[in-house]
Amino acid sequence: MIKVRGLGYGVGDTVILHDVNLTLAPGGITALIGPNGAGKSSLLHCMAGLTTPTQGRVEIDGLDPFTARDEARARAVALLQQTPVVVSRLQVRELVSFGRWPHHRGRPGPKDMEKVEEALEAFSLTDFAERPLETLSGGQRQRAFIAMTYAQDTSWMFLDEPLNALDPRHARDLMARLHGLSRGHDRSIVIVIHDINAAAGWADRIVAMKDGRIVAHDASAALLTPETLADVFDTPFEVLRHKDRPVVISR
Amino acid sequence: MRQWPLLICALIGVSGLSLLIGAASLSDGDGGWLLMVSRFPRTAAALLAGAGLALAGVVVQQVVQNRLVEPALTGTPEAAMLGLLAVTLIAPGMAIAGKMLVAAAAALAGMAGFIALAKRVPRSDPMLLPIVGLVYGGILGAIGIWAAWLTDLMQYLGTWQLGEFSGVMIGRYEWLWAVAGMAVLLYAVADRITILGLGEAQARSLGLNYKQTRALGLVIVSVLTALVMVTVGAFPFVGLVAPNLVSRWRGDNLRANLPLIALGGGVLVLAADVIGRVIRYPFEIPAATVFGVFGASVFLWLLHAAPRRAHG
Repeated sequence: MIKVRGLGYGVGDTVILHDVNLTLAPGGITALIGPNGAGKSSLLHCMAGLTTPTQGRVEIDGLDPFTARDEARARAVALLQQTPVVVSRLQVRELVSFGRWPHHRGRPGPKDMEKVEEALEAFSLTDFAERPLETLSGGQRQRAFIAMTYAQDTSWMFLDEPLNALDPRHARDLMARLHGLSRGHDRSIVIVIHDINAAAGWADRIVAMKDGRIVAHDASAALLTPETLADVFDTPFEVLRHKDRPVVISR
Repeated sequence: MRQWPLLICALIGVSGLSLLIGAASLSDGDGGWLLMVSRFPRTAAALLAGAGLALAGVVVQQVVQNRLVEPALTGTPEAAMLGLLAVTLIAPGMAIAGKMLVAAAAALAGMAGFIALAKRVPRSDPMLLPIVGLVYGGILGAIGIWAAWLTDLMQYLGTWQLGEFSGVMIGRYEWLWAVAGMAVLLYAVADRITILGLGEAQARSLGLNYKQTRALGLVIVSVLTALVMVTVGAFPFVGLVAPNLVSRWRGDNLRANLPLIALGGGVLVLAADVIGRVIRYPFEIPAATVFGVFGASVFLWLLHAAPRRAHG
């Protein structure tokens, strides 16, 4: 369970998050949507304990990420930032192995090796394990970074815009994998996403943000109405139904 | 693992040459004494200085996530030089340990200034940061020259600015063995330094104490820079060339590659010293000058070959 109470964050005079209250039950995929600058990424970083808010508090499974020890925090929540511009020259397995760092702090044991192989397997990277990251395609590289986050073995996985720079096939493939992980693997996934239809198709819940506030939070099918979307994005939308699933069209 | 035998052979070969070549001949008089007092210390000094500079280079590169940067492109040697100038003016009789400490503290302050600047430089173009560092170092260096000019210390400045090994003798280089100690310390935290290279948010998400680890890395860099600077002078490009060559070959996993980087830096600097001894035999050209020519060419190649950004 994640509890966010009265969370505020700003840089200088700019208010980025304004009195955010949010409760997320474990399990499933939660999508954070909203226009650019709505504060999605800041909320994700605050919830992960990586950005210190100016006010309010956060609790992840009973743990305060701002006062917890670094390792304890890193065993409760893993965050993957937006694809970095700089790519270290690491092999895929080396990168994924760093996901085990909070567990072994430099002395990997057999269980760590096992988890690394499991993560490589879960993201179909076993065949690329010895390849340097910079020789991979954008989609493969993104999978490698997510596999590292997965290997961290936390009950909460936060992914900041993981679909960026992925073509439709890789985007679909990734969402399907995440969906699978969020079912019966004790993984709760929170994902910042711009593709509303990807959210409609794969997320269990959607949190819609605008101007540093949460404007709606509901099950995906219930939240995706033309009125809510128009309010969030300031642009008209049409919502159709296809096999019980909302399909959002920008008008 | 085919790089290891190659480097070990290079190490043995270059060390052999370094022990044999010099203005004085080993066969005249007491060759053993010459080896003990001059040739062995000189060889060890070049290897240690090169290893230290290469290690300092790779740490800076991981901290700022830019492989076109090295201590000499962060104002660190210039800051160390300012510290040394201050000591020479205020307390000329200070023991070498004191000088070393002041130089390291000044190097750390200079590095902190560079890190503060680096935060404001956009990441999208990797060439920008080395240029900013060059300008920053230039400003610190100019202050040093101005201060040295006013106080008649220009010839001191010259000895620090241009690294060379002709003055190395037994009893005058032993501080450089501290490089080995630093290397061991660095190896112990190799994983942490590699994680720094993933960027602050990612490193912290993995549970690394980012600020503490970065501070430790920068202290190691400052101490290495000061050790080399005070004993044999400054050597530009070593910290850039050795880590980059190893990275191209073997990647960035420091747990596996730190020994190669150290060995590579040592062999390259020693080779530069040996070449400097033979080009105008029996006169000597400073190793830093020889390395500068080689290093500058490699730097240009790196600039040419640098990916402008990660492509998707």
